[in-house]
Amino acid sequence: MTAELVQILLFPGFVFLFAYAMFVEWFDRKAYALMQNRVGPPWFQPFADFIKLMAKEYIIPKRANPVFFLALPTGILAFVLTTIVCIPVASNKAMYSFEGDILVVAFLLTAASMVIFLMGWFSNNPFTIVGGTRAISQMISYEVPLLFALLTPAIMAGSWSIAEITAFFRANPILLIFQIPALIIALIALQAKLERVPFDIPEAETEIVGGPLAELSGRGLALFHLATDIEMIVGVTLLANLFLGGFSSNIAIGLIEFFVKTLALVFILTAMRTVMARVRIEQLVLFCWHRLVPAALVQVLIAVLIKGWWLT
Amino acid sequence: MAEVKIPIGPQHPALEEPELFLLTVDGEQIVDAEMRIGYNHRGMEKSAEFRTFMQTLYLYERICGICSHSHTTCYIQAVEEIAGLEIPPRAKYIRTLIAELERIHSHLLWLGIAGHEIGFDTLFMYSWRDREFVQDILEEITGNRVNYAINTIGGVRRDIPENKIDDYLKALDILEERCGYYTKVAFEEGTLAARLGGVHYLSKEKAIELCACGPFARASGVATDVRFEEPYLAYPEIPFNLITYDSCDIFGRAVVRILETIESIKICRYILKNLPPGEIKLEKVPKKIPEGEAVSRYEAPRGEDIHYVRSNGGEKPYRAKVRAPTMQNLPATMESLKGSYIADAPIAIASIDPCFSCTDRIAVVRDIRSGKESRVRLRDLSKYGKGGRR
Repeated sequence: MTAELVQILLFPGFVFLFAYAMFVEWFDRKAYALMQNRVGPPWFQPFADFIKLMAKEYIIPKRANPVFFLALPTGILAFVLTTIVCIPVASNKAMYSFEGDILVVAFLLTAASMVIFLMGWFSNNPFTIVGGTRAISQMISYEVPLLFALLTPAIMAGSWSIAEITAFFRANPILLIFQIPALIIALIALQAKLERVPFDIPEAETEIVGGPLAELSGRGLALFHLATDIEMIVGVTLLANLFLGGFSSNIAIGLIEFFVKTLALVFILTAMRTVMARVRIEQLVLFCWHRLVPAALVQVLIAVLIKGWWLT
Repeated sequence: MAEVKIPIGPQHPALEEPELFLLTVDGEQIVDAEMRIGYNHRGMEKSAEFRTFMQTLYLYERICGICSHSHTTCYIQAVEEIAGLEIPPRAKYIRTLIAELERIHSHLLWLGIAGHEIGFDTLFMYSWRDREFVQDILEEITGNRVNYAINTIGGVRRDIPENKIDDYLKALDILEERCGYYTKVAFEEGTLAARLGGVHYLSKEKAIELCACGPFARASGVATDVRFEEPYLAYPEIPFNLITYDSCDIFGRAVVRILETIESIKICRYILKNLPPGEIKLEKVPKKIPEGEAVSRYEAPRGEDIHYVRSNGGEKPYRAKVRAPTMQNLPATMESLKGSYIADAPIAIASIDPCFSCTDRIAVVRDIRSGKESRVRLRDLSKYGKGGRR
């Protein structure tokens, strides 16, 4: 009981995730700045921003639904924090591992995206509603290729448990090569899920002033930003587990592997947002359904063929 | 779905100046666009009537933050035409140099803003970094980064230091290389072309019909440029090309502006190498401008700028009318906005490089509750103008 509580509260739970979220946000911003020929923020900037926002007044607009307006920022944070129960962090075991936990993680991440839509809807402002509907259109576009991409390692390993998939690929590292396309698809879909350039269509501050988050202030905004940062960590950790062979059971090597692999993936996400312009919503939908989904289907087919001919 | 009206402005992160664009949208598509100007009216033309010709020069420097040299040069050309003054060739060359440096800085500024509007912040950071080269040259020549105040009636106030010319040429070389890089980025980066291509379409016929001007019209294939049609300053002696592009969309406007920047760099280099010797201003300039009127045309970075000045033979202009390029571009902008996507509205409005402080005309006071309008009358405004001077 105490051990689980420590896991949930300290490592890899709340405290670790919070600290690492702050670090990853700084890493992202600093790398982004350096690539743009700027100086970038000092290491404590995300933490200072968080404290500042927490101390500010939380304004509930008259037209908004107060219950949802108060509950949703906590809700999104709860959804993304819960995923960590099923994902191995810096180790080859998750806190609770069971057959099908990969789907639970996928569901929780989708629920987090759903919260963004609800936030826009219940803020009841033209900008937030347009942003919310964009978030939904975006979600139905990237969710399918993302799930197909996650399906590939599951088919190859013949398991629905993240820890078992990781163990399988650690035993057969050569098979990782065959799912590089799935990793690329998953990274693009993750970028869309995190609503970062070039897929920051629901937020698009120059068009709809931040979209669903337009009315948020103070504590709510701080929690939302924190949830997005943690979602990024959860996303890259999941990808590192499924596509990069996971982490060693040795705690020291596991930690090093964890930092190297997650930061490498975060760096790819950062580079993506540095070199591209925001696309339009219909361009994203077309791109997802015309390019990503067929590519993901081909990848699934490859996985099935390998599973059928090679591994049996 | 009921009609949703999305206001862009008067306060909106995509606009630098207060102006209201009311978009009626059906889903993501704009079905109707309406604009209201008047949030930024400063009564400049009226206040010019209470100032001497020289003071008006400094007032008109402040019509616009970016094309401050354009407005003063345009105004002073009209004044000099009425007074029958012929400025020395060196002054002409220096005015042209500042004008072209201003064009470079304005176009790079636009490129950055356009990048920011479409979420391409890296382009924004890069082009604004490179803009500093021009800003530094301008500061060294004139002493100021924005309101250069180099013009004076009968010439220019400051000379170009001979020993610095090599430094300027070096900076221009770096800038040309960077602009070449931007051209490459524009043509090769997929998301940029995907985002700007075919957006805010303005056909050549529509552009001519609605009197579009500047890079906005040139991107629709209309070869209009005052520097060619009615050469002024030193332009008749300088070789350069008129840039047009026929894609009729925002991508074309970006390409036209980048290529024009390169053309401007070449003009600057030519001027720096071929500066005629001599005085930079006339020794004797009359305080009173003789009776008469003149219209002056000038190719500002944003398009054709027109000033009309009329003198009664006194120290102050009887009338000094400004027609800024944004004013002329707005009808075509609003027309092309209909049918495009709401996601494109900010970049579409930004694509004409709008300057609302140049454009603003009237102030309408509207009571929100009753919807009643009350206009500020000319008498009240002139009283206000006089009161402001004391």
